[in-house]
Amino acid sequence: MTETGHFALVLAFALSLVQVALPLLGARTGDARLMAVGRPVAITCFAMTALAFAALVSAYMLSDFSVVNVFENSHSQKPMLYKITGTWGNHEGSMLLWVLILTLFGALVAAFGRNLPATLQATVLSVQGMVGVAFFLFILMTSNPFARLSPAPIEGRDLNPILQDVGLAIHPPLLYLGYVGFSICFSFAVAALIEGRIDAAWARWVRPWTLVAWIFLTGGIAMGSFWAYYELGWGGFWFWDPVENASFMPWLAGTALLHSAIVMEKRGALKIWTLLLSILAFSLSLLGTFLVRSGVLTSVHAFASDPSRGVFILAILVFFIGGALALFAWRAQALAPGGLFHPISREGALVLNNLFLSTATATVLVGTLYPLAIEAVTGDKISVGEPFFNLTFGPVFAVLLVAVPFGPLLAWKRGDVLAVAQRLSVAFALAALAGILALLFLDKNAALAALGVGLAFWLIFGALTDLAMRAGIGKVAPKAALRRLMGLPRSAHGTALAHLGLGLSTLGVIAVVTLQTETILTMKPGETVDVAGYTLRFEALNPHRGPNYTEDQGVFPVFDADGSQIATIISSKRLYTARRMPTTEAGIETLILSQLYVSLGDETDDGGIVVRIWWKPLVTLIWLGALVMMIGGTLSLADRRLRVGAPARPKKAGHAAATT
Amino acid sequence: MRTAARHLAAGLFVLTSAWAGPGLAVEPDEVLDDPALEERARALSAHLRCLVCQNQSIDDSNADLAKDLRVLVRERLVAGDTDEEVIDFVVARYGEFVLLRPRFSLRNAALWATPVVLLAVGGIFLLVSGRARRAGPPPLNAEEQERLNEILREPGDTT
Repeated sequence: MTETGHFALVLAFALSLVQVALPLLGARTGDARLMAVGRPVAITCFAMTALAFAALVSAYMLSDFSVVNVFENSHSQKPMLYKITGTWGNHEGSMLLWVLILTLFGALVAAFGRNLPATLQATVLSVQGMVGVAFFLFILMTSNPFARLSPAPIEGRDLNPILQDVGLAIHPPLLYLGYVGFSICFSFAVAALIEGRIDAAWARWVRPWTLVAWIFLTGGIAMGSFWAYYELGWGGFWFWDPVENASFMPWLAGTALLHSAIVMEKRGALKIWTLLLSILAFSLSLLGTFLVRSGVLTSVHAFASDPSRGVFILAILVFFIGGALALFAWRAQALAPGGLFHPISREGALVLNNLFLSTATATVLVGTLYPLAIEAVTGDKISVGEPFFNLTFGPVFAVLLVAVPFGPLLAWKRGDVLAVAQRLSVAFALAALAGILALLFLDKNAALAALGVGLAFWLIFGALTDLAMRAGIGKVAPKAALRRLMGLPRSAHGTALAHLGLGLSTLGVIAVVTLQTETILTMKPGETVDVAGYTLRFEALNPHRGPNYTEDQGVFPVFDADGSQIATIISSKRLYTARRMPTTEAGIETLILSQLYVSLGDETDDGGIVVRIWWKPLVTLIWLGALVMMIGGTLSLADRRLRVGAPARPKKAGHAAATT
Repeated sequence: MRTAARHLAAGLFVLTSAWAGPGLAVEPDEVLDDPALEERARALSAHLRCLVCQNQSIDDSNADLAKDLRVLVRERLVAGDTDEEVIDFVVARYGEFVLLRPRFSLRNAALWATPVVLLAVGGIFLLVSGRARRAGPPPLNAEEQERLNEILREPGDTT
């Protein structure tokens, strides 16, 4: 099976070469037969990659330690679920997953892109094939997951215990679906440049792919954040770590792309900018892959000492980003500019959105790369961490958030900002009220909290206002309004939900950052502590044995103000036996939307144990908000005008609110 | 370990050997009796990097070196240093690398200027291009106006 996988991988590489050459040749010479080669080849290429991936998964399931990759990252005692998910819990396996998703998207374009112009589809498949060639070559030359080991060891080295977790099992596939999903936008952009033709229809083809990638990337980032929160044991949810930034930058650029593509589709404007963003979103995904895979983050010197993988990805990076941007510089001017609009209009608002999102992206990019650049140039080492990003990214993003509710309410072409402000006055009043309530009832960090809470509710009520205005609530009879609300295009619901989700996440972040409390103390069995109106008692530290670990479980019954027990929190310190690796398993109790978070420290000589207890108000909203954003994106994707092959939608739908 | 775990947080698996074992950052015996001083200590700690970790503040880290630095910061505060004096003291010992928020200096100019410059340049570009668009094509000069009038004057027009 392993050799079959290896062989299939080489075949997939060879097929990618065909996918690059023949369709492009056909598109350039107008040969329909050559162009037609692209579709079956792209689908077969995906099938071969899937076979290779299945072979690796099966090696993991069977614990075939004659495969180096399995030996280094698995263990026969590991639960089956983690044996399977361990396949992508390492460099080689995750790169195989990367190309699997890349070829999947190529196959999707081949299968569902029948209504694309033949030359465009052929060129897109060819560009997609180029990315495939580069990464297949990377895997085969520097990161072969099918390398053998002889003699085969009896037992494997086990997967890093903190990866043995459901959250982390689904996090990488989600994230990669997002990362690699932008490759389609990239291929479409490069194909448009090669063809020298771009129109509103192009935007309509690209937008669903952007949405798919964005939905998955949102999920992937949220999942990673949630995992870090509950697994790492100190309750942080975002750290501005370079690796997190690597996934955040494509998200920011992708969000900008999502918005500029709307303008291009509806109004034919911002063509060149949309094209550039399509290239940038995937370039940032490639950059992220490079940053994480090359080891350059650990240190410039670590990168220099084992450069084979890093240099290879760097070459891929330079070729694709440099090539695409050069093509852009050469051809973009030839594309006809699009429609005109007044600065105060829906288009203008979306341009503003793009300006701020691009600035935010650049801020994260520079903050991430600056220490590397300084070290490479001067040899000095500096750090760029959370305080920097709070001070720079924070205000830029805050201004963007303030502007969000205005966008969907402004009319296309020429809007009336005062009329929109008037419509938003209720939302503003409610948000201000929320802020004032926060100011009255809270004392710690009150000013910051009040502003933040007000901002979050501004987003939430702003999104609801958008829907209410479109449905005509207050203007027409409630029944008619409800019917109109249900009859709105799904993309209108999608926009409102996505903005609502943004508000919920903002509320969660603000609440945790400004209002969380932390209690650090040494507890002996029987002792109690009061946290945020609840009482926790430390009962005992009980030994426990799991499938591949042993642990000490601290048991903490939780009582409410009346003294009745409402929950029992179990927080433990675990030792994974294969790697002799200790981890902390935080005990978390969700109380409505907030959480009590208990983490254990060292035992003291006098029989006590150090306990750290956090009260995390509204913390779950951070990820629930992301979920709402994803649902919004999915609804938008289901809008009939974006369904591939759907005829142009009736004219009035999107303009209903805008023209009132 | 948190360093390694942090990497994984973005789902892309870089495993490092910097494993300090589980445990907690600030421990009860470190906490100062004066709550005001302790709050200042925590705020300062969040700005200081744990030197053996990756992008982690000493407030979050459980490494021994982070603990030493936390204790050092608290000692300086108890001795009556201002926040700036504590920071200067730590930077003098460990270099600017220890600061999670780089200083405003010429070397870091590009870092700090990026958001401001981009917003300014982008904003000005949008204003200028917007104005150009609104202004429409340039007005006709006298000659062109004359020619236009001629064309508009219909053959039978008596005016």
